[in-house]
Amino acid sequence: MYLTKKQYERPVIQRVNVGLMNKYGTRTEYEPVTHIDGNAVADLITAYGSPVFVLSEKTIRATFRDANRAFKTRYPKVQFAWSYKTNYISAVCNVFHQEGSWAEVVSGFEYQKAINNGVPGANIIFNGPDKSEAELIFAINNGSLIHIDHLDELYLIKEIEPQLQKRARVAIRVNMDTGVYPAWDRFGFNYEGGQAQDAINKIMLNTNMDLVGLHCHIGTFMLTPSAYAVAATKMSELALNVKKKFKKTLEYIDMGGGFASRNTLKGSYIQGADAAPSFDQYAEAISTAILNAGFTEADLPLLILETGRALIDEAGFLLGSVISNKRLADGRRATIMNFGVNILFTSFWYDHKITPAQPFGQHNESTVLYGPLCMNIDVIRENISLPPLKKNDQVVVHTVGAYNMTQWMQFIALRPAVVLIDMNQKPHVIRNKETPASIQKEEEMPAYLKEFKI
Amino acid sequence: MSIKKNIAISESGFIFDPSTGNSFTTNPIGLEILQLIKEGREQNEIKKHITAGYHVDDNTFEKDFYDFISTLQQLKLTVENEKKND
Amino acid sequence: MKKRTINIGVTGLNAIDSPGPGVPVIRALRESTAFDVRIIGLSYEAMEPGIYMHDLVDKTYQLPLPSAGQQALLARLEYIHAQEKLDVIIPNFDAELFNFIQLANVLKSNYNINVFVPTLEQFEARQKVNLYEYGKKHGIDVPKSKTIFSVKDVYSLEQEFEFPYVIKGKFYDAIIVYSTDQAVAAFHRIASKWGLPIIIQEFVEGQEVNVTALGDGQGNLIGAVPMRKQYITDKGKAWSGISIDDDKMLQMAKKLIQSTKWRGGLELEIVRTDDEKYYLLEINPRFPAWVYLAVGCGQNHPEALVRMAMGETVAPFEKYDVGKMFVRYSYDMIVNLNEFEKISINGEL
Repeated sequence: MYLTKKQYERPVIQRVNVGLMNKYGTRTEYEPVTHIDGNAVADLITAYGSPVFVLSEKTIRATFRDANRAFKTRYPKVQFAWSYKTNYISAVCNVFHQEGSWAEVVSGFEYQKAINNGVPGANIIFNGPDKSEAELIFAINNGSLIHIDHLDELYLIKEIEPQLQKRARVAIRVNMDTGVYPAWDRFGFNYEGGQAQDAINKIMLNTNMDLVGLHCHIGTFMLTPSAYAVAATKMSELALNVKKKFKKTLEYIDMGGGFASRNTLKGSYIQGADAAPSFDQYAEAISTAILNAGFTEADLPLLILETGRALIDEAGFLLGSVISNKRLADGRRATIMNFGVNILFTSFWYDHKITPAQPFGQHNESTVLYGPLCMNIDVIRENISLPPLKKNDQVVVHTVGAYNMTQWMQFIALRPAVVLIDMNQKPHVIRNKETPASIQKEEEMPAYLKEFKI
Repeated sequence: MSIKKNIAISESGFIFDPSTGNSFTTNPIGLEILQLIKEGREQNEIKKHITAGYHVDDNTFEKDFYDFISTLQQLKLTVENEKKND
Repeated sequence: MKKRTINIGVTGLNAIDSPGPGVPVIRALRESTAFDVRIIGLSYEAMEPGIYMHDLVDKTYQLPLPSAGQQALLARLEYIHAQEKLDVIIPNFDAELFNFIQLANVLKSNYNINVFVPTLEQFEARQKVNLYEYGKKHGIDVPKSKTIFSVKDVYSLEQEFEFPYVIKGKFYDAIIVYSTDQAVAAFHRIASKWGLPIIIQEFVEGQEVNVTALGDGQGNLIGAVPMRKQYITDKGKAWSGISIDDDKMLQMAKKLIQSTKWRGGLELEIVRTDDEKYYLLEINPRFPAWVYLAVGCGQNHPEALVRMAMGETVAPFEKYDVGKMFVRYSYDMIVNLNEFEKISINGEL
């Protein structure tokens, strides 16, 4: 008898509505994904727990090489700098450093991380509005590139001159109108209003600062490559102006990041995988603009790119399990997962692709996916079509490599392990699962609060 | 509890309620359960039947069965059995 | 002589009160003198009337919604192609065009399915938010318009736009406003429905006229028929219309198709002012639902499109009948429940 038993699936029934799609109308999320780089999802969960983040080194390197090829075949001098804030687990950073990336950091903490990873000071770009005096002194003496965000920072560098062993190698961050909304005018100096030129003038008159480049970062998740063409043109104009006015050739133009990944933004009708421009499209827009700007061959600046999201997002997976199913008061199906917005921060702005990790039959159900937190905002997907999942069934959340492993919160639950699957399909833990001790060790208990009676 | 008498259930899992004009779809196991209820089988019999035919434990099926029944009620596909006078 | 049979997939079977162009396109194809057709309906919902019109549609398959993405669409088309050996697909919905345009090359090289649609550049350039620039580039008058992202921009419009002006959504909806207060209210109403940006457009008073046209992708206008709506529904759709003799409208269509090298069908929505000026309001990148009027006037545009899709060179139409009318009617079909069951459960009928 046992041998003839059939695969069980939860019974489901739903109304046929006009406009309600059957399996022919639903997304590809229906296809199960049972393995990641040759490792069974079930095995990974057994070994490292559930939930667990998994990164594919193969995908990271392949994506990086694709981006590198797209730019290097179009422009003679290209340098990538790994955006630490996107994912600064050291093993991940070092994969990028092995591929030749510099480090791009936006805080003293990230700067320290880059140093600890062994990145030479000259290959660290220090961005962001918050650089303390001590951090600036350290980074300047270390030969790093300082991207000045505001006038107070510019003056601070002037003031700390006595403590500097060398001239500061600086660039300014420029913001501008590229025809996209919102314009990121809170960072850097405005181009159209003349602030940028003004800041350049101030630096050029200063003896302890050496203006070596220009930096911009026009936005995030930019789906229109043409905006980069506008930005690259304006940056080139600025650089050519410096040449004209001060007879000074700038070493580089840093176009920042902001390339979109294959995630689907909430409210987007088009699937992210179809909407995201390729590296070739971004590279074409940027390279063409700089090459046509009027630089002599000798003066062509090094093109620096700080792409983060588009290089790592697709290499990341979150594996998790079903805690429970319930039916909401209005009849909708709800499924509670063992991961929530605490570790999947990006579910606030993406409709993440989520697939079951075991094979299923033909039917599916519209479901709300909740996380495990005791918080009403803990919603992973407001509406997703999935096969009938039961307790302990496993799922794979796709395209989670960017920002989750840095923006995750230690809130209510501890953060899970992160596993990197190497080029030979061997998994390595690159960040341990947190324990109560990892949180407790930073706390202090005043003596008078140690005792209590209930 | 039983399924409304006039409900049409087709082999494909398509269900039509002629009194409301609503149509529904169900998966193969849902279809099997519906047919068993329609035949007048009791819950225990249904459980025995399904757990014998499928890879599922009693507790899991019991939860799913209750959920399925409550959905049927919500969709107004059921009627309460009249009390029999013994 | 027996005509060859071409297998054509057609979407837009929603011949409802705000109709899709699928059914009229199929009628046009069935009247072809050049070929016979087997029509494969491609539907998104089980209630699209075309699914149940068995004298027009030989077989229907459901497609994944455009929002499911290209991978899902391609997988489904692969399956349909295995059953039906499709020669041509004619997509008729704006929302699906992006996917079909992106897949056109793969469909041709992997399955020899011909999709005669505009290029992505042509498709994107005529989007509402880009139309003003588009008109400037191609020497066509478009009411002055501006794209705004924030309600605070409404307050600074007074220098640029005179009242009344029109507030338009990215995809649909337009409200004429006569004061800044009305403009702010309209901004919020449309933004909540269709999102940002909002398009501000100069209000041009006049009569709305339309052209259905066809370009061969080389810059040649293959056919064009201008029409004036005579009676419109409460949704603003033409209920009846009449073909008119208006050379300026034809010239506009010709100029546009020449300078953009437009490939495929399109509809121009135009305002003709009292002083005989023509302003382009919108370009729909596909045949309109009233395309059958063109057939009635002697220009079978869908037939010509299929011939071009199959690689033939088609000579431009020289003339059309003026003063031909179309009057739309609705018709209640009787459908057996088992047909609805089949399309709902199996996704095919």
